[in-house]
Amino acid sequence: MRFMLLFSRQGKLRLQKWYTATAERDKKKMVRELMQIVLARKPKMCSFLEWRDLKIVYKRYASLYFCCAIEEQDNELITLEIIHRFVELLDKYFGSVCELDIIFNFEKAYFILDEFLMGGEIQDTSKKSVLKAIEQADLLQEEDESPRSVLEEMGLA
Amino acid sequence: MALKIVKGSIDRMFDKNLQDLVRGIRNHKEDEAKYISTCIDEIKQELKQDNIAVKANAVCKLTYLQMLGYDVSWAAFNIVEVMSSSKFTYKRIGYLAASQCFHESTDVIMLTTNQIRKDLSSPNQYDTGVALTGLSCFVTPDLARDLANDIMTLMSHTKPYIRKKAVLIMYKVFLKYPESLRPAFPRLKEKLEDPDPGVQSAAVNVICELARRNPKNYLSLAPLFFKLMTSSTNNWVLIKIIKLFGALTPLEPRLGKKLIEPLTNLIHSTSAMSLLYECVNTVIAGEYWESVGNLCVQKLRILIEDSDQNLKYLGLLAMSKILKTHPKSVQSHKDLILQCLDDKDESIRLRALDLLYGMVSKKNLMEIVKKLMLHVDKAEGTTYRDELLTKIIDICSQSNYQYITNFEWYISILVELTRLEGTRHGHLIASQMLDVAIRVKAIRVFAVAQMATLLDNAHLLTGNTQRNGICEVLYAAAWICGEFSEHLENPTQTLEAMLRPKVATLPGHIQAVYVQNAAKLFATVLKGEEGNTDSTAAQEASQLMIDRLPLFVQSANLEVQERASCILQLVKYIQKLQQKDVEVAEEVNALFAGELNPVAPKAQKKVPVPEGLDLDAWINEPPSESESEDEQPKAIFAKEEPKHSRPRHTEVDEKELARRREARKQEQANNPFYIKASPSSQKVYQEAPGVEHIPVVQIDLNVPLKVPGLPMSDQYVKMEEERRQKERAEKKKKEKKKRKEKRSGRGKKHDSAPESEEDITPAHMVDIVTEEMPENALPSDDDERDPTDPHKALDIDLDKPLADSEKLPVRSHRAAEAQKSPTDGETENATLPEPKKKSSKEKREKKKDKERDRKVYDIQGNLQDGSQVVVSVIFENKCSSFLKSMEFNVLDSLNSKLQRPEGSGPHDGLVVPFQLPPGVSNEARFVFTVQSIVMPQKLKGTLTFIVKNEDDSTHEKLDFKLHFTCTSYLITTPCYSDAFAKLLESGDLKSSSVRLEGVNMPFHHLLARICFHHHFSVVERIDSCASMYSRSIQGHHVCLLVKTVSTVSIDAKCDEPTLLGNVLDEIKQTFSQC
Repeated sequence: MRFMLLFSRQGKLRLQKWYTATAERDKKKMVRELMQIVLARKPKMCSFLEWRDLKIVYKRYASLYFCCAIEEQDNELITLEIIHRFVELLDKYFGSVCELDIIFNFEKAYFILDEFLMGGEIQDTSKKSVLKAIEQADLLQEEDESPRSVLEEMGLA
Repeated sequence: MALKIVKGSIDRMFDKNLQDLVRGIRNHKEDEAKYISTCIDEIKQELKQDNIAVKANAVCKLTYLQMLGYDVSWAAFNIVEVMSSSKFTYKRIGYLAASQCFHESTDVIMLTTNQIRKDLSSPNQYDTGVALTGLSCFVTPDLARDLANDIMTLMSHTKPYIRKKAVLIMYKVFLKYPESLRPAFPRLKEKLEDPDPGVQSAAVNVICELARRNPKNYLSLAPLFFKLMTSSTNNWVLIKIIKLFGALTPLEPRLGKKLIEPLTNLIHSTSAMSLLYECVNTVIAGEYWESVGNLCVQKLRILIEDSDQNLKYLGLLAMSKILKTHPKSVQSHKDLILQCLDDKDESIRLRALDLLYGMVSKKNLMEIVKKLMLHVDKAEGTTYRDELLTKIIDICSQSNYQYITNFEWYISILVELTRLEGTRHGHLIASQMLDVAIRVKAIRVFAVAQMATLLDNAHLLTGNTQRNGICEVLYAAAWICGEFSEHLENPTQTLEAMLRPKVATLPGHIQAVYVQNAAKLFATVLKGEEGNTDSTAAQEASQLMIDRLPLFVQSANLEVQERASCILQLVKYIQKLQQKDVEVAEEVNALFAGELNPVAPKAQKKVPVPEGLDLDAWINEPPSESESEDEQPKAIFAKEEPKHSRPRHTEVDEKELARRREARKQEQANNPFYIKASPSSQKVYQEAPGVEHIPVVQIDLNVPLKVPGLPMSDQYVKMEEERRQKERAEKKKKEKKKRKEKRSGRGKKHDSAPESEEDITPAHMVDIVTEEMPENALPSDDDERDPTDPHKALDIDLDKPLADSEKLPVRSHRAAEAQKSPTDGETENATLPEPKKKSSKEKREKKKDKERDRKVYDIQGNLQDGSQVVVSVIFENKCSSFLKSMEFNVLDSLNSKLQRPEGSGPHDGLVVPFQLPPGVSNEARFVFTVQSIVMPQKLKGTLTFIVKNEDDSTHEKLDFKLHFTCTSYLITTPCYSDAFAKLLESGDLKSSSVRLEGVNMPFHHLLARICFHHHFSVVERIDSCASMYSRSIQGHHVCLLVKTVSTVSIDAKCDEPTLLGNVLDEIKQTFSQC
C-alpha cells in the first residue's frame, strides 16, 4: 500500500498516512486531486479506480471516505477488507466511532492505524491482538500522566 | 528559579491542548488562516519553554496542523526533542509527529540515530514498538545502515509483538540498504516458521513483496511456501502466498503442475471473494490455463453477473487480462460484456468498453460498433459519450484498421459521429477522416463525395455555438475535397460552399485550410473547363473567387489573411489571362501538383545520426532556448514530405545495402497491401503486375449516398451480411488457390492485416499505404526497467553462502571515541538550521566521551537590538550519573562578550539554572553582545560541572567552541519584488559573486537549502534563476541572484562587502559538504 487517506464528504482531510517517502508538495497535490475524483463519484459506483499508475480503493462510512492507494499487482478486495478492519478497530476502540472522534483524537486514530498496518503491510490479522496492544500502550500512557508534583515533572526530584 | 517553574506550570494551564485547537479551528471557519497563524505563534512560544509536557503538547498540535497542510518543517528539532523524552506519552507523540513530518531530506534525522537505537533496546516493548513504527515511515539509507543490525537482533526478540514489527520493517530497510538483505535473510526465512501466527504472516508478507520484484532468487523457497499454502487457513496469508506463486511459476513450469490441484480446490471451496480473485489472477498469469482456465472464466462470469458493483468491476478487469492471452475464451462472453454497457456505474461501462476493444474481429466489428452507436445516442453526460466516441474510433482504427473490411462503412460511421453535439473530439474525427482518405486510396472517391456533402451542410455542424469542437471536422472535409478534388462530381458547387460568408465565423486555422483548398478546387474547375469552347464556367469561377476572397483578406487571422491575399492576386492575374483566352489550367494545376504522403509519426526520430554530428553542440552561442520540434504536427501542411535529405549510415557497405534493397522490393512485390510511397508508384499500382492474382471484389458504386443526418452505416451492416454469405459459397472454390498465395515474407510490423482467421475478404480492395520511414531507421528502443526503481537493487542471490565481509555494520565508532581524554572536547559539526521567526540557528554537537554530555546550541539574532545575540544551548546528559552545579563560561573577545549579571567580573561563569539527571536534556539561554557582525568568529568556552555518583562526586570540565557564523546574524525577512528592485537600483550596494562547482541537485532544492541554512527568502523565481533576500540584525540588506546553467552562480549585492564575502563563503561551504 502506498498511502491511506481519510477525508470527509466536504473534502476535509482527517487522516493521512504515507508509506513511501513523498515530497510535501506532491502529497498536497495528490490529496487534492484524489479527493476531487473520489468525491465526484456517485454512491452506486464501484469502489475501485485507476489513477496514475496506482489503483485506488475507497469506501465511504457515514460521512467519512477511507481511501487507499495500492500498486498494480495488489488485491483490491483485500484492501477493502483492510479498510473495513480498520473501521472495525476504530469502532471497537471509540465505541461506535464517528467523524468527531477521529477529529478530536486524531493521534489515537494514528496509533491504531500504526498498530494495524506498518510500512503499508498488514501487521496483525487478529483484531484482538491489535486492540490489546493499543490498550496496553494507553495504560502505560495513563501511568505517565498520573498526577505528580511539579518538581517531579521538571525532573528535579 | 522555583518561581519560574511555578509560573511555567501555571502558564500550562492556559495552554491550548489539541482539542482546544481543533475546536478553535472549527469555530473560526471564516478566518481560519488568521486563527491558525496565531496558534502557530503560540506554539512557537510553547516550544521555547523548558517543560517537555508543554513541548509535547505543542508538537501534537503541530502534527494536526501539518495534516491540514501547514508547513511545520521548522519544528523538526523540537520533534526530535519530544521523541527523546523518557516518558512514553511524549515519546509516542514525538514519533508520530516524526513519522508524519520527516522525510529523507529532513536534516535532523541524522541526530535521531542514537535515540532510536536507545528506544529499540528499551526494556519496554512499547517504546521499541513506537520507535519501529516511526522508523518505518522515515527510514533513510543512513538510518537503515546504522540500525540494520539492531533491527535484525529484534527479529529474535522474546515478545512476538516486537518480532512481528521488526520483521515488517526489515522490508523498508532492505529497500534503503540492499546490502543488508543477504545477511538478514536466513533469519527472515526462519520467521516463516515462527510459532506466532502474526510473526509468520509478517514474514510471508515481506518475502512475498521481495519475491514479487525479483522472483528468481526465491525459487528455492517454493517447497516451504507450498507447505504453508496447504496448511494455512488464514486468508490474508494465503493471498500473499498465491501471489508469490503467481510470480514464481513462470520461472519454474513444474511448480505450475504441482499447484493445479490446491489451486483448483481453493477456487472451488473458498467463500472469500478476495481469495478467489487472487487465485484467478494467478491462474491468468501462470501456466495453468489448460486445466483451470475454463473454471476461472466461469467464476468470472459469476462475478460479473453479481449485483455487487465491485465484483462486477473486478470480473471485467480480470477478463481483460485473459483477453491478452486467451482472447477466444473471452469472446464467447460477448453478450455479457455488451450488457455491462448498460450498467449504471460509469467505471463498469468503461471497463466493458476496454474489453470490447480487444474483442473485435473482422466478423463482429460492424455489429459491435452498431451497438456502441446506439449507446452513443442514449448516453447522457458528455464525458461518457466522448469516451464512447474515442473508443469507437480506437476500436476501428486499431492495428492499422486491421478489422475494417469496408471503409465506406467506416467513413459513414465517422460522418454519423459528426452529428454529436458538444463533443470535444472533433479533432479526433477529423484526423481519422484525413488518415483514411490519405492512406486508403480506393476510398477517396467515396470519401470526397461524403466530405462535399458535409461542406454543403456545414451549417448543421457549426450550429450556433462558436466553441463547438465538431467544426474541426470541416477542416478535414475541406482539405480532402481540395486535395482529391479530381474525384469531385461537382467541384463548382463545392467551391461555392467553401466560399460562403458564414465560413468567416469558423476558427482561423480552419478558414486558412478553406482558403487554400478553395484555390485547389479552383484549379480543378479550370482544368475541367479547359477543353470547352464555352469559357463562361471558368470565368464564373474566377469571378466567384474574386467576389468572395476579399472577405478573408480582411480576416483578423494572419494565416487566413496572407493566404487569401496571395490567392486573390493570383486569381486576378488568371482572370486577366482568361480574358485574353490564354490557357492557364495546366500552370495553375502545377501549383498543387504532387501527392502528399503520410509520414510515420516517429520518422524524424528514427533517422540515424551520422557519425561525427553532435546535435547538442551549439553552432552559434545560443541567444535563447531552441524551439522543440513538434512530433506530431496538427497542421495539415506539416504532412508534406520531409525536405531533409535522408542521411545514410556510412558504415553499411554497398553490398549489404543492395541486398537489403532487393529483399525489400521482393517483400513489397509480394505484399498486396504495400504501395510504394513515391508519387510515381501510383502508376505502377494501376498496372498492378504484382496484385492481379488477388481476388478483387468490385466496388459497388450503387451504394446510395445519403445526406448526412440520416443514419446509413446500418445499411452497410446488412449489405455486409449478404456479401459474406455469397462469399462463403465462393470461398470454398477458392480455398485451395488462396493457400498458395499466402504472403511469403513476414513483412514489416505495420504491414496491415495479417491473414484473417475467419477468412473474410475485404469488401473493397484497399491499399493501406504505409507511413514513410527513413530507410535505415533505428530499431525502436526496448523499454528499460526504470533505473530509479528501488526494487532493482534488491535483485540479489540469496542462496549463496554468506561471506565474512557481509556483515551488518555494528556501531563501534562511539566506543573508539571514549578513549580520548576528557579535555579533548572533540567537536563534531552538525549544522541543522531551522528558521525561527527571529532567529538563526546553528547547532553543534559536543561530545564528551566518558560522561557523554551533549550540547547543542543555537544562535539567535535579536531584531530589537542590533548588537545582541541569544545563544540557546541544549544540554543533554548522556551518562548514567547525575550532573549538577553546571557553570557556563566563555572567554570574551573584543567584539563579542557574554552578558553577565551586574556586579560580576568579566571572567566569571554563569550558573546554568538546572541540574541534569541521567538521560535528561534541558535548554539554557545566554545573551551575547556583538559589536561588528561582518566577520564570523569563534569563542572558546568551558563548562564545569559536578558528576555525582552514588558514593562519590567528581568535578569535571568540558571545553567547547562557539562558532558565530555570519549567517547566524541574518534573519529571514520576506521582501516584495518591487521593493527588491528599488533596493538594487539604489546603487548603494556593493556586488560580489561566487560559483558553486559540482552542485547537481534540483534547483528548488538548492534554493530550499539556501533559505534553510542561510536564512534567505526567495523574492522571485523564473525558471532556473531566482532572486533572494535577507537582512542582518544590524539592518544590512543582502540580495542574491542565483542562476543555474551548467554550474551554479550566485551574484550578490550587499551594503557591507565584508559581510557579503563571508556569507558567500559560508554558502559555498554548505554546498561543498553535500
